[in-house]
Amino acid sequence: MNCISIKNNQTILLSDIPESNYESFYDMNLELVLGHTERHCVNYFGYKAGNNIKLICCIADDTTHEILVSTCLVHKAHALESFTPQLLCFEKFEREIHENFGINFIDHPWLKPVRYAFNRADMSQTKENYPFFSIDSEELHEVGVGPIHAGIIEPGHFRFICNGEQILHLEIQLGYQHRGIEQLFLEKKKLLQRATLAEDITGDTVVGHGTAFAHAWESLCGFNAGYDIEFARTIALEMERIAIHVSDLSGACTDIAYQLGSSVFGRLRTPIINFMQEWVGNRLAKGLIRPGRNQFPFTPILAERLTQVLDIFEPQFKEMAEKLFSLPSALSRFERTGVVSNDDAISIGAVGMTARMTNLNRDIRSSHPFSLYTDLDHIPVLKRHGDVYSRIQVRKEEVEQSIKYIRKLISEVPVLSVTENMGTTPAPDSFCLSLVEGWRGEICHCALTDSKGELMMYKIKDPSFHNWLALALSVRNNEISDFPICNKSFNFSYSGHDL
Amino acid sequence: MFENIKIVYHQGKQFIPNVRTAVVPGIFRGRPVISLEKVNEEELIATCPTDAISGNPVRIDLGKCTFCGECAMRFPEKITFTKNYKLATNDHDRLVIREGEDKAVEVDPEKVRKEIHRILGRSLKLRQISAGGDNSCEMELNAANNVQFDMSRFGIDFVASPRHADGIVITGPITNNMAEAVQICYDATPDPKIIVLVGTDAISGGLFAGSPAIDRSFLDKYPVDLYIPGNPAHPLTIINGLLDLTRKKKYLKTAF
Repeated sequence: MNCISIKNNQTILLSDIPESNYESFYDMNLELVLGHTERHCVNYFGYKAGNNIKLICCIADDTTHEILVSTCLVHKAHALESFTPQLLCFEKFEREIHENFGINFIDHPWLKPVRYAFNRADMSQTKENYPFFSIDSEELHEVGVGPIHAGIIEPGHFRFICNGEQILHLEIQLGYQHRGIEQLFLEKKKLLQRATLAEDITGDTVVGHGTAFAHAWESLCGFNAGYDIEFARTIALEMERIAIHVSDLSGACTDIAYQLGSSVFGRLRTPIINFMQEWVGNRLAKGLIRPGRNQFPFTPILAERLTQVLDIFEPQFKEMAEKLFSLPSALSRFERTGVVSNDDAISIGAVGMTARMTNLNRDIRSSHPFSLYTDLDHIPVLKRHGDVYSRIQVRKEEVEQSIKYIRKLISEVPVLSVTENMGTTPAPDSFCLSLVEGWRGEICHCALTDSKGELMMYKIKDPSFHNWLALALSVRNNEISDFPICNKSFNFSYSGHDL
Repeated sequence: MFENIKIVYHQGKQFIPNVRTAVVPGIFRGRPVISLEKVNEEELIATCPTDAISGNPVRIDLGKCTFCGECAMRFPEKITFTKNYKLATNDHDRLVIREGEDKAVEVDPEKVRKEIHRILGRSLKLRQISAGGDNSCEMELNAANNVQFDMSRFGIDFVASPRHADGIVITGPITNNMAEAVQICYDATPDPKIIVLVGTDAISGGLFAGSPAIDRSFLDKYPVDLYIPGNPAHPLTIINGLLDLTRKKKYLKTAF
């Protein structure tokens, strides 16, 4: 095999990644993923190397806990054979490479723009001339929604093709949130700026993206984070999971017009995020995750306080959840609505919660453990049906699981370790890949350094990058009035996708 | 039925009775205070990730501040963040906190347009636009309307259509790809209308200021009626800011 096997958060020399020509690169990665559900592509991207483009493909293997990295050098004028006809999960990665560098992929079914990056290769591609799928029929009609939506949410455009009230097809056009974050990572030289940028990738996954950056940076600098640092990160990750899952349960209740559930779950998020404020001074934990430092140590007093918060939260959450899950009018809206099959989830390369609700076991906490998950023996929550009901079941059970983990962790609060100072420059000519399971799923950050140890490329992949297609598939043959509940039950990130 | 009543009973009273005087829990980083202590100014200025701190005399621009608290951690004798969440103002100059000053950030009543009090003083419907916002300010705007903060008790609501709105609320630094949508939405809002900027990203661009992917020309064209700083802005900052802008002082006293 012409690839190198690395572990999560391992730094290697760029020259250690075996390079091959595109044909063998293609054959090898195809063979790795095709028919192997335990393997999937966690990141596939290109960067400029002189006049050529270097492609790096990272395939994670969940059973052996390794990541297989391979590379190849291509010229942008050469058209390449596309993975997509055989592996749909490469669809967006190839579109992104096409958008950024102008490389053409033969047989790609839809080489459409991904996010209209400011530095895209073809500036003539604009939002206005996006090639939507359309249909010539007098019976069918199209419905366009967005970029600005009815509620207070991020922008994106949805184009439905409907037969009466029934959705036949949904196409999602994103890119409205593009702020050029990957480029800013290279331009902003101060570590604090970069850590703050990581927190701003998407404000609902502050801890997830913050931790992914911190792990990548610490690994590049050869710094071993002490137990207390990882302890704080693990608690914060699980708190973030609880907060968002609860608020999404509230959203699901809102979308089926169940007022009691909407209000109660909505307000149950507050004690969780208010605890984050007590701990770090920000309700969404901005300011907590800093590479090489334990900015806000988790003290025994905080542990006692958190136990109090959870003691009140847990019975109230259980009471409301039991009511919701036994309410026939609610269940009839959740069950068999917005189904994504297990086959579809595999083919689009779904990750995280979206994969787990179709019985596809993808959870970085168990497959490529980081922070304290090695000791927690995490068993992912799996559901089978792939409908809205499965999604809210996963959320409910993950909230309960997170509470269990937090209680277990805070029963023994670690003493502050004396941390050595982290080196200021990362290792030169290196590559590091960091995987973190955020509440949405797998977050992947890849950092590449040049000969001086400066960041040369910083590649961010939010789980939504894989998963948006699941929403498009789930609404097929559903009524258009069920779109909000389908959308909310996934709750994908616009800003994480658009960067 | 009894189960529902039981749930409501167990939830108890959740609303915050007085949003003007409520105390936020924990170590909230609100309005900073800068002492007259002498510190290495160059080092202090270099600490800030967004160049919000400037020297001689030392000032912090809340429109640029990400409230990360790094300066207060490095120079605790110089800078402290108080728990005061009232940070919103209509005057950009008032966002700048100077050393040795410990005064409230307030709306300047002289600069509030007359029609705002008269027409929007008792009912305010807003259309929110996320223009590159990272979903944190959006979540806090949503939270402002939950059962605890309950902003709609003051007649302030978010509406779906700009045609029904009295103003727009912008979050995020305004990306190239959203610039046109922001303009269309503003044009579709009937007069008189207000512009409210929520969050550091919206007020100054924050860390994204200067990125080639953002286009802030919209803000050069129209006057901004209210700046609500924060990263993200706290719901209490948002509610108090909107009340201060739209209500006359005499009504504010009787509102509770």
